[in-house]
Amino acid sequence: MTSAHVIASEVRAGTRRATDVLEEFLGRIETHDGDVHAFNTVSAEQARAAAAAIDASVDEGRDPGPLAGIPVAFKDNLCTRGVATTCSSRMLEGWQPPYDATVVQAMTSAGAVMIGKTNLDEFAMGSSTEHSAFGPTRNPYDLTRVPGGSSGGSAAAVAAGFAPLALGSDTGGSIRQPASLCGIVGIKPTYGRVSRYGLVAFASSFDQIGPFATDVADAALALGVISGHDPADSTSIPAAVPDFAAALARGVEGLRVGVVSELTGSGRNGAANGGPPPGDAAGDMLDGIEADVTERVLEAADALADAGATVGRVSVPAVTYGLTAYYLIAPAEASSNLARYDGTRYGLRVEGADVEEMNRLTRRAGFGDEVKARIMLGTFALSAGYYDAYYGKAQRVRMLTRRDFDAAYADFDVLLSPTSPCVAFRFGERADPMTMYRCDTCTIPSNLSGDPAMSVPFGTGAEDLPVGVQVMAPALGEETMLTVAAALERAAPPLSKPLLAGAAGSARAGS
Amino acid sequence: MGEPTAAISTDDVAHVARLARIELTSDEIEHYTGHLGRVLEHARELEDLDLDDVPPLAHPYPLRNVFRDDVASSPVDRDEVLSQAPAASGGQFEVPPVLGEEA
Repeated sequence: MTSAHVIASEVRAGTRRATDVLEEFLGRIETHDGDVHAFNTVSAEQARAAAAAIDASVDEGRDPGPLAGIPVAFKDNLCTRGVATTCSSRMLEGWQPPYDATVVQAMTSAGAVMIGKTNLDEFAMGSSTEHSAFGPTRNPYDLTRVPGGSSGGSAAAVAAGFAPLALGSDTGGSIRQPASLCGIVGIKPTYGRVSRYGLVAFASSFDQIGPFATDVADAALALGVISGHDPADSTSIPAAVPDFAAALARGVEGLRVGVVSELTGSGRNGAANGGPPPGDAAGDMLDGIEADVTERVLEAADALADAGATVGRVSVPAVTYGLTAYYLIAPAEASSNLARYDGTRYGLRVEGADVEEMNRLTRRAGFGDEVKARIMLGTFALSAGYYDAYYGKAQRVRMLTRRDFDAAYADFDVLLSPTSPCVAFRFGERADPMTMYRCDTCTIPSNLSGDPAMSVPFGTGAEDLPVGVQVMAPALGEETMLTVAAALERAAPPLSKPLLAGAAGSARAGS
Repeated sequence: MGEPTAAISTDDVAHVARLARIELTSDEIEHYTGHLGRVLEHARELEDLDLDDVPPLAHPYPLRNVFRDDVASSPVDRDEVLSQAPAASGGQFEVPPVLGEEA
């Protein structure tokens, strides 16, 4: 299997046909997706037409664009005109959007070929895809384990070699955590860097779209294509899009890298080059982060020091309260956003005697357990008498997080932490809601602050399962983040192949 | 079911279910009281924080109104939208009676 940027350059050069590339990937889906269940929909017919159009462009001497002929999988909460967009919910089963999301338009205009729509936790609420109404996705490294979530289908699709690129959405870690558990690269861009027009809203002050890829170069390529101001999204930032590919070759010499003390708790005491944590930089370390995972992060920090970066430890105290704040604010926003599913305009309707009964019965039948719980949690947190104690307080913690990150970025260019506190876990292992929510401990702080963050594979933990290191950067700092990620990728120990024969394993070596 | 936590009661859950327009059975109300109670119990850790001098942050960046030029653009196709609705007639979404009177 070749990586995305190689496919695009070969298709553009006319040495490889987009239709041949597509059939190769469709074949792998046909053989293995019965086991993995990465896809809700495989749009083979539309994909064949799109690939043929790419080949026709090349034949006519026209350049199909930087993503020419690359099959891409879209998370099933991104609107695709005429192709079902379900959010893995009974509520939207079979619903066909009347327009394309801006990112879908951007990818296909750049020559990418949509191969299908990927599974997720219902309405992106979850960290394992176990909350999908259509059954879970399985981790290509171990089919008895989860791929993470909520963008588990997109992550598994890339890891299994079903598509070299995929897009997902990240509200509390839903791109980075599955990327980590599936041994691939995942980026949550700066809030506002990428238009959310056509992304089905979950928690609007957090939601952000980003790419999955097998290597940093491919992820940067996709990020460049989807970034930029969009008049259709009033929160999109009118900033120029940098040349992300150029950032990959820059060295890390002179960059200041801070290892977040609170998120690297149970490992050895201080990075080798940084020495013991100085005084107040020790912080309150969070429980529940696996020792193997912490060890990989410290090894990653050592590798950056070897490459010429200055590495130290930094305390970001508010991250210890991030989880609690997020699980009040995000449900509050969700309770408002999901009010639109009332049986009137889209998808499911269960008839009732009057409109209100129709609403209640439709929402009872259409939403799964976790979605109902979060809607009610959010409704409660916003309700009279509880607003200040829960929602108001959580928003103040959000400001603390913003301030603590600002202070950390005064001393450091990027921050390092684990992406996920643990490697891929078994189905059913985290059935208790708080246990599941703790999967997002390390990723949530960047959603609270709006800053960019990404996961890069760096070795393995328990059971030889992949570990991801999280690189965080200040707002619009994607270039520095990618420079550091590329350096980590060069230093990372090679990952073993996923279990599926002939799947993604060779991708890293091929870049 | 239902730890002896004062964070949320079955009456509270029945109330928010009504506000959120989700029909629940009494068993389900018990179930969600436990689920929400565990999360809200965890949220009590915020009580220890002195946040009086910290202003709330609703959004990562300062929000301001964004206006576009007042020019016509092509809207989504009405028939395409209505073709995906549970019920439509006369170019509009169709719903059951709102006020309960005979139509």
